Amino acid sequence: MTVPTRVIGKPRHRVDGRAKVTGQTRFADDLIFPRMLHGRLLRSPHPHARIVGIDTAKAAAHPGVHLVLTGASFPIPYGVLPVSHDEHALCIDKVRFVGDPVAAVIARDEATADAALRLIDVEYEPLRTYATPEESLAHPEPRIHDYGDEGNIHKIVSLQFGEVEAALDGADHVFDDVFFFEGNTHLPLEQHACVGLKDPDGKLVLYTSSQTPHYVHRALAKALAMPAAHIRVIATPNGGGFGGKSDPFNHEVVAAKAAWILDRPVKFCLNREEVFYCHRGRHPVLMRFRTGVNQDGTITGMDVRTLLDGGSYGSYGVASTFYTGALQTVTYRIPTYHFRGCRTFTNKPPCGPKRGHGTPQSRFGQEIQLDKIAEKLAIDPADLRLNIVAPANSLTANFLRVGSIGLAQCIRTVVERSNWREKHGKLPLGRGVGLACSSYLSGAGLPINWNDLPHSGVQLKLDRSGGVTAFCGATEIGQGSDDVLVACVAEILGVDPFDVRAVTGDTDLTPVDLGSYSSRVTLMMGNAAIQAAERAREIVAQAVAARLDVPQSRLVFADRRVFDSENPNTGMTFQEAVCVAEAKFGTIGTTGSYTPPKSAAKFKGGGVGPSPTYSYTAAVVEVEVDPETGWVVVPKVWIAHDIGKAINPTLARGQVEGSVYMGIGEALMEEQVFRRLPARLSGALVHKFPSLLEYKSPTSLDMPEIVTDLIEDPDPAGPFGAKEVGQGPLLPMMPAIANAVFDAVGVRIDEVPITPEKILKALAAKAAGKPARYGPAGFPDIAWPEPLRVTPPWEGGDGRASNDPSRKSTHHVDAGVEAKAAFRAAGLRGSVASADKEVR
Amino acid sequence: MMRMPAFTLKTPRAIAEAAQWLAEAPAETMLLAGGTDLVPNMKRKQQTPKTVIALRSLTALREIRNGTGLTIGAGATLTQIVNDARIRASVPGLWQAAAQIATPHLRNMGTIGGNLCLDTRCTYYDQNFEWRQAIDFCMKKDGRTCWVATSSPRCLAVSSTDTAPMLQALGARVHLISASGERDVAVADLYANDGMHYLTRRSDEILTNVAIPALDGWRSTYWKLRRRGSFDFPVASAAVAARLDGDAVAEIRIVLGAVASRPMASPKAAALLAGQRLTDDAIAAAADAAYDVAKPMDNTDYELVWRKKMIRALVTYALKEVRGDDMREQRVRIAKQIL
Repeated sequence: MTVPTRVIGKPRHRVDGRAKVTGQTRFADDLIFPRMLHGRLLRSPHPHARIVGIDTAKAAAHPGVHLVLTGASFPIPYGVLPVSHDEHALCIDKVRFVGDPVAAVIARDEATADAALRLIDVEYEPLRTYATPEESLAHPEPRIHDYGDEGNIHKIVSLQFGEVEAALDGADHVFDDVFFFEGNTHLPLEQHACVGLKDPDGKLVLYTSSQTPHYVHRALAKALAMPAAHIRVIATPNGGGFGGKSDPFNHEVVAAKAAWILDRPVKFCLNREEVFYCHRGRHPVLMRFRTGVNQDGTITGMDVRTLLDGGSYGSYGVASTFYTGALQTVTYRIPTYHFRGCRTFTNKPPCGPKRGHGTPQSRFGQEIQLDKIAEKLAIDPADLRLNIVAPANSLTANFLRVGSIGLAQCIRTVVERSNWREKHGKLPLGRGVGLACSSYLSGAGLPINWNDLPHSGVQLKLDRSGGVTAFCGATEIGQGSDDVLVACVAEILGVDPFDVRAVTGDTDLTPVDLGSYSSRVTLMMGNAAIQAAERAREIVAQAVAARLDVPQSRLVFADRRVFDSENPNTGMTFQEAVCVAEAKFGTIGTTGSYTPPKSAAKFKGGGVGPSPTYSYTAAVVEVEVDPETGWVVVPKVWIAHDIGKAINPTLARGQVEGSVYMGIGEALMEEQVFRRLPARLSGALVHKFPSLLEYKSPTSLDMPEIVTDLIEDPDPAGPFGAKEVGQGPLLPMMPAIANAVFDAVGVRIDEVPITPEKILKALAAKAAGKPARYGPAGFPDIAWPEPLRVTPPWEGGDGRASNDPSRKSTHHVDAGVEAKAAFRAAGLRGSVASADKEVR
Repeated sequence: MMRMPAFTLKTPRAIAEAAQWLAEAPAETMLLAGGTDLVPNMKRKQQTPKTVIALRSLTALREIRNGTGLTIGAGATLTQIVNDARIRASVPGLWQAAAQIATPHLRNMGTIGGNLCLDTRCTYYDQNFEWRQAIDFCMKKDGRTCWVATSSPRCLAVSSTDTAPMLQALGARVHLISASGERDVAVADLYANDGMHYLTRRSDEILTNVAIPALDGWRSTYWKLRRRGSFDFPVASAAVAARLDGDAVAEIRIVLGAVASRPMASPKAAALLAGQRLTDDAIAAAADAAYDVAKPMDNTDYELVWRKKMIRALVTYALKEVRGDDMREQRVRIAKQIL
């Protein structure tokens, strides 16, 4: 696409910026309705217990209380993934973590509801509690859930691509390292809130701060056994999400049910503690990487094992498990690959998707191990990586389709900007630089609920005023999705972004978009918006061409005009053009939709990882480490992100800087950790500090100087060539900081958060002649299942497992041809690609 | 959000009136200045007074007066102190301490009197009601056990005030008014090493001002350790006030913060330095002595062994600054701001 753009690529104020800076954005808790009541949830004080009895009589009789609900009112389970519908709005027979909701009070105000909560008597029978995956592995009984792969293992998987052990045997070196990534949480500034009400028509409406109104819609229909057509979910602008508002939540289901029963609006606004209990954040992951490397730094094979602490419910956990093993292959050439992952249930708030979903943990291990490899082989870490960057337009060992890849340019950019060659290994003791890279999806290639429907839809209405309204189910969570929608439409129709109104995240008004997760919105909604706008432009152009007697192919839409490119004075305003078209064709409305191209991965588990295209990032971090105290300061970060094309560079840079901020937090301080009290005195297992003060996340004073480069090489799969930017730039931060600490003081910190005391312990170990590191000692023995064996593409594999017991061996399609065709299709914008009907 | 429990708010027109009201039911009444400590504590039901007396209307409590030394009204906000040129010039350590408390917004509300009376803190205690219920509460509120050390006969909550260690090092005194009289108490004597009964202020007394003696020729400095450049309470701190005679130390006081239930002076460290030049060796010896005094427990941010180690570093930084070393780079690394 060589036509110069007028909106795309130009730094602009975001379309929702004015409302946000003037305080006019109405978040869920800003909503007030006549006769509105307030709800509060009674949460379990026990980490794991059977509910013996609940007596709500006193609470129900409390003045000002309108309704008391318990699990008995919510018999139908729900959950975001079809394979783990394991949640009830209120617990029925047992509680699984401190914070699990067991009852709800709806009252005239929050204080009354709170007072009534204390009048509810719940009798519990405590059960054995599980604080770590090791405990869950050691004790299969009692089970936290009565489903899952076995005992307290939720999911255990093994996927093998090629003969990894032979490849390791044949390598010059085998590196065997264990890493640990502590759990952490999203910490959106806006606490979850919602209002349920029965609208004047008698239908159910839920306003909620959700990233995924479509999934809330589905969950409500199921949990409340109501027709989806009679439920409307409106996503209010999110005051930050980061993955933490992607599940359907207890308070949403309760608010809807209570509003339905009472026929009055019911609001829930969680407090900060409750947000920590909703969690769905970063899984704590213990991991082991065995990597075969030749003397020149090329990788022969990689064997990865991960152990995830899933917390108390499924959430996105099955996907999270696969994600810890999915994306290792899209950055570097890895000819053989074996991934084993195990997610256990524990009695803690459920883990789920946080920015980077399952991939930052293993990226941390992979990029530190590469640094260790570079050191051992005496190869510059940048050169080592440049030498093994995955080729563009290729399939990986695990059948992920790499499209454009700007990773090498990202590495070269940060190396040059940071003066890496003069710094790495050359700075005085206490100062160092570290480099790391990453990749992330531009949208999950497969839907959560398996169907062949589009992932994103956009409707346009062209108005006689010259205004355009764009409807899309996408949800503005601060990332700028409304801005992207408006920009794509304005660009195609040649109008100013201010002429376009975005109506988003409303299941009644807007076509489905699956939600603001997996970095999918810009690519998928953007492509759908382009299709809708191109169809509208076609209609308008036909009418204008006839009116002006100009060949349609010569018409240009720009500057709010439609005109003849060869005679620019011949034309009309966009408003006039719309009127001409409406007169000719009737009311002007179009739709566009997007379905990702078919995945090349046909094996069970291959649904996690495929994406229309991947973004790439490289970062260099400089640190100062005081060897006396272990104190770490990050003065400067250089980061380059392969974004394909920035729709709005202002917002794209903001996403990169926000990622740097979050990455520094995860690297140096953030941890969602728990306390178990002395067992002889107490059965308590509690979140150590569910508070905005004591859960440490960096402040503006802790931020370094950031040098951001956007690497733009438009990717054919993306709208105007755009790839994701919301998540990928976070990933290199944590390993880059760990690698910089090594460069500064010569010790490896193989876990996050990297704290001063850990650095001092590693320095003490080094001084004592022990391994100069701090980190986990080993990886437990786990009874892994027989791996699914998939032959890599270069060995003639067709993307199927050779030993999948759930699959019939007689498949008549020539899969090799199909994979190649799908690969070529990846070069096209997959806006109307037919969906893969393969049963996974 | 968490809601305040019900209470009666009283707004006095004079200190005497406040003292009179307080005397009526001291055990069930609490004083409110900026509210940055009391209000969240009330929301968490850590404190549930029946009556709250708001001192904010008493403008006389907000004055900062020059005389022999400096008298700061208890109601002076921390922002007022940070913006006061006299304080910054004459007692820079107090300015540094005030400037590192919480955030700009909280300093706009929080007062120096409130910071001196700040409730002791503990990660088993500074939690909402439901969380504390899940651990069956703790000794400091509603429970019996100190979960920090289950055999401890006393509460081990941590003194987390930034201004108290500095004011103690400066030899300041506070003025207390009650319905039955007035008295002055040295800041050093205002505190007891008990997380529950950490103030020697009687419950019917109102702290009305803090007086810093004339300190011509004195230097002061405050080094605060915390995870981030803003928000956080100290997890360890060192306050040093000293008068040098040429190169030698004529008088010095070293007080540690956040490593006990009260500000902890290290007279031994001070004695080691008295009459001595502030050589690196002398500083190291004093830092070791201060290290011995620190008794951090596992109830704040950061690991306690490391916090204790950091006392050596903080005292060293402070003494070097008193010596006249240029500590600005180190200060920015630790404080994340220019102080």
